[in-house]
Amino acid sequence: MSIWEYANPTKFMRLTDRVLPVVTVLSVAALLTGLIWGFFFTPDDYKQGSTVKIIFLHVPAAMMAINVWVMMLVTSLVWLIRRHHVSALAAKAAAPIGVTMTLIALFTGAIWGQPMWGTYWAWDPRLTSFMILFVFYLGYIALWSAIEDQDTAADLTSVLCLVGSVFALLSRYAVNFWNQGLHQAASLSLDEGQSIADAFRTPLFVCLAGFTLLFLALVLLRTRTEIRARRISALIARERLA
Amino acid sequence: MPDLGQYATSVLSAYGIGIVLIIGLTILSLLRAVRIKRQLKNIENRHKKDG
Repeated sequence: MSIWEYANPTKFMRLTDRVLPVVTVLSVAALLTGLIWGFFFTPDDYKQGSTVKIIFLHVPAAMMAINVWVMMLVTSLVWLIRRHHVSALAAKAAAPIGVTMTLIALFTGAIWGQPMWGTYWAWDPRLTSFMILFVFYLGYIALWSAIEDQDTAADLTSVLCLVGSVFALLSRYAVNFWNQGLHQAASLSLDEGQSIADAFRTPLFVCLAGFTLLFLALVLLRTRTEIRARRISALIARERLA
Repeated sequence: MPDLGQYATSVLSAYGIGIVLIIGLTILSLLRAVRIKRQLKNIENRHKKDG
């Protein structure tokens, strides 16, 4: 069985009908466990005090903001190359989730930055590239809404997604490219000397799993909605012709 | 409730904003899903009636 079979809307709907409830339950369980663990049962950091608890929202949201764009890039490429409608609709469905994750990352980062850096905002490479990524998300959503013909909208938004991928990558690697700015290096690193303490690592991984599953649940739900909305448009068009 | 010390406002507002945004996105996605599903059902029923 090929993965491309699920590009068929009927097969996609049938599969996600079974998968969605499971993913939803798992995402709620992981999110509640991770956030409750992080908020109530982790110690204060010797430097950051209780503000360290903000990482359980900030780090997963920031990772998802970038990963959602990467997912949109892959599905946009599938649309451009193979013309599968489900992939274009999945990219469209993912964008509002990505913009929400970017907003959470920006807000929680600013709230953390005030007591730690003495400012809510700085034109630091990572912060600036994240702000540009946020604007790209808004532009992507606006472009989908502005064009009536769905295939043309999918073509143009896919091209925008390709261009925006530069900023998605910059957001992830800005700290490494430019060794300057306020933002510290990645919180999770294979280099043990640079990674966070054990007391925070496990709940952070649970939160990461929770955010990933939440994204999966929401993107499946929203893609199903987009497929139905497209079917409505087709039926209305048929009514007009009759 | 853990003792958040002098950073209580920062930590609570970060969690407040984050959770409100997540719940808001989830509710909006669910509401649209229900509305579109109902709309499609109505249109399909109309098509069946009209043959």
